[in-house]
This record gives sequence, C-alpha cells and structure tokens, in this order.
Amino acid sequence: MKFRAITAATAAAALGLGLSACGGSSGGGSGASDAVCKLPSSGGSVKIGIKYDQPGMGLKDGSDFKGFDVDIARCVASQLGYSKIDFVESPSPQREKMLQAGTVKMILATYSITPKRLKVVSFAGPYFVAGQSVLVQSNSDIKDVAGLAGKKVCSVTGSTSVDNLKEKQPNLVPQKYDTYSACAEALSTGAIDAMTTDDTILAGYANQQQYKGKFKLVGGTFSEENYGVGMKKGDGDCQKVADAIKKIVDDGSWKKALENNLGTDYKYNEKLNPPKSPSCQA
Amino acid sequence: MSSLFSDYDIWSALWTTIKLTVFSAIGSLVLGTIVAIFRLSPVGILRFFGTSYVNIFRNTPLTLIILSCSFVLYIQLGVALADSNAQDFAAVNAFRLAIVGLTVYHATYVCEAIRSGVNTIPLGQAEAARSIGLTFGQSMREVVLPQAFRGAVVPLGNTLIALTKNTTVAVTIGVAELSAVLKTVTERDPGSLNLAFLVVGVFFVILTLPMGLAVGWIGQRVAVKR
Repeated sequence: MKFRAITAATAAAALGLGLSACGGSSGGGSGASDAVCKLPSSGGSVKIGIKYDQPGMGLKDGSDFKGFDVDIARCVASQLGYSKIDFVESPSPQREKMLQAGTVKMILATYSITPKRLKVVSFAGPYFVAGQSVLVQSNSDIKDVAGLAGKKVCSVTGSTSVDNLKEKQPNLVPQKYDTYSACAEALSTGAIDAMTTDDTILAGYANQQQYKGKFKLVGGTFSEENYGVGMKKGDGDCQKVADAIKKIVDDGSWKKALENNLGTDYKYNEKLNPPKSPSCQA
Repeated sequence: MSSLFSDYDIWSALWTTIKLTVFSAIGSLVLGTIVAIFRLSPVGILRFFGTSYVNIFRNTPLTLIILSCSFVLYIQLGVALADSNAQDFAAVNAFRLAIVGLTVYHATYVCEAIRSGVNTIPLGQAEAARSIGLTFGQSMREVVLPQAFRGAVVPLGNTLIALTKNTTVAVTIGVAELSAVLKTVTERDPGSLNLAFLVVGVFFVILTLPMGLAVGWIGQRVAVKR
C-alpha cells in the first residue's frame, strides 16, 4: 500500500513537471504559422497582456494565441525589435495593476481609451476604432435598435453597453452575465434575443467555429471605442508604439490582421478605420 | 469617496447582498433541516437520499451551481421565477435563481451542522423517547431537534457567515450585489478600484462581525448544560 502511494506521488510529480515544462514556453516567436508579422531573429523578449477568452481578438487555443489583438501585438513587437513575446493573460480587473507593477510591458486586450483610464495608465493608439453594435440570431427579424423593444438583450456586468442601448430603446429587457461567452451561449439557444457590446467582440463570436452562420450583426455601430495599447503611466516607449501602429496600418498588415481574424464579411466603421493618427496619450 | 457613492449604486448593492443573505439563510435552514431529518431517519432510502444530496451539492463548486441555475434551469429548461413581461424581469429572475443556488448549496452545510448538534445529544434520549411510545416524528420534534438546534447554533452561525460572503458569487449570473459594484468600477474607473475594494470589504466586515459576536453569545446562552 505504502509502495503504491509513493508510486502515485512520483507519477503525479513527474506529470506536474512535464506540464509545467510545456507551459513555460508560452508560444511567441514562430508560434502561429499564419501570423501577419514575423518577429526579428535577434533581440530582447517582451511580455504582452492579452485576453485569453475573446474569440477573434485574443484567444488562447492550445499553446497557440490567435486574434486581432494578438496579431497587432506581434507587429508592434517586431517594429520595436523584440524577438520573443511572452503572452500573459490580462483579465479586465487586473489590467491597470499589471501595467503599474510591470508584470507586462503593454496590454492589447480590447482596451478602450477613456479619460478615467488615462488617469492611471498611458495609451498608444488607437489601433482600431470599434463601436457598439447588436448581435442576433441569423433568422431573427430584429433589424435595428428600434426592433429591440420588449426583447431580452444580454451584456456583461459592469459594462456600459446595455445602459447605452437602453437610452435609445427604453423598452428592452437587460440580461447580464459575467462573461460574453455566457451571453453567446444563451443567444445560440434562443433564451435571449440579442447581445450587445463592441462590434469586434460580436464579430469574433459570429466568426467562431461553433457559431458560424448562426449569428448576424445588425443596426450598424453607434458608439466609438478607441482601442489603445495600454502601457505603464509615463512609459518612454509610448511614442514608439504609436509610430509602430502607424507603420502597421500603412504597410497593410493591419488590414490583413483584421480580415484573418474577424472574417472578410465583417463591416467595421470605415469612416474611422484604419485610425488616421495614432498617438501617445500619456 | 463621495463620487464613488454617487456614481455607483453601492447602497442598493448592499441591500441586495443583505436580501440575498437573509432569503438564502431562511431557505437553507428549512431545506437543510429536512435533509438532516432524512439523514437521521430510520428509513434506509431516505438516509440514502439525504447522504447523496449532501455529498453531491457540498462537493460541487458554488459558482457551478449558481451558473447552472441560470443556464440549466432558466435557459435550457425555461424555468422563470419572475413575471416575464415585467420591466425588471431579468434582474428579479437572476436574483431569485441566485437564491435557489445559494439555498441548495448551503443547505448541505446546515444539514451537517444540525447533525453535529444531534450528535451532542446522548443516544439514550432518543431511545427513551421511542420507548415511551413517541413516533420518529414526535421524538424528533419534541426531544431531538430542539436540543440539536441549541447545540448547533455556533456551526450554523459559521455557515451564515460563509453564506454572507458567498453571495458575491451571484455576480456570475448578473445579480447587482456588492461584487457587481467592484466589477463596474473596474470597467469604468480603475483609478478608484482600491477605494471601492476597501468600501466593499468594510461592508462585509460590518455584516459579518456582529454575526460572529451574536452567534458566540447566543451559542453560550442556549447551550444545553449537561
């Protein structure tokens, strides 16, 4: 019996070691085969915060990282001369803390530039201007915001999306969960009629394998969310990142990254995109 | 500080937390007592159900239970606990589903607390009650449970304190309680996050500290002296 326990413990330890060895090298350099930007072969390494659970924007898929934010992060890193990226998960509540503590150099995680956030962090950007929109089932007869009267509309706790929408359509019924995935799941079963947040996030779900063809975006966009690269307040590289974004837009990587991740059908706000003057907002 | 209170509905969030706690506490006390009676009953199949209930729900993470209240009960099975035409349907429905989840989970702890109370009663008392002709129900009602509750005050109080803090899980299905305020502040005003954490933390201490003191005091007063 004792022998067996020891064997089990040893096996568990070995397994643990094996796992941690795998987890250690969080795929940076040559990770994705269809990556838009190639990292230079020599240079330092950088830690970048992304979302792990946002299909189309930042998604951890096995040991691979995918999404528009991820591709832009790779492009920015290569412009800055880094040869290796360690992607780190940066959940919304921890973003500012991670930047302040220096856990990550920058964060690209559907992180909108707002006056209140600018008080605690610096932003380089915008690298994309998203807008709030509405996602419904593809056979739904909801065509616009007016059609949401009496409908159940899902968003996440803490975001302003549903409140914004309620000002335009006071008769909708708000439903809140703590993740967008929960909303998407509820929408796919028809328990709710629509979900609302940034069109990028919605397009990401609509483009995800398990929901493909099931959802459509309606009503255009009716807000401006300026996605920026979050950096530590006063970081000296802020301007360099802004310049890098400009270059990425000019050399076409921006468009390629967008089409690769959010699908060619995705109609973004063409008046505001690609952003004309990304700058450093300290 | 004042802008935090004026920008976010902290008072109504606190009230929601208190209501969640009170309703779930009543619910789990009732359900937990029933399960405890099952576990103590002389009927094998009831004991089996009681034991299975405790083992299943006590060992399931609360987040999972609360989430499945919304996803399984409401979304898949269509069980709505509020008037679906009402303006505040989603909020009321989520609130009541959260109470169901909290009740189901904490009933297991209540059950075990009561069983521990029962164990403080010498076996001879139950035997004496049965031998003078009381039925199982009567002996429970008249002899065992009154003493069991008195002996179980402190463990029940601990469960109540745990329940108060566990109400924060209800944010996963969109109930606007105290942790939802934190989530909102995080999203909209990260600069005030530390202050918001402090405020919410202080509120929980204000709620739970008197509970702990009261439980200790009542526990001593009502203890069965042997």
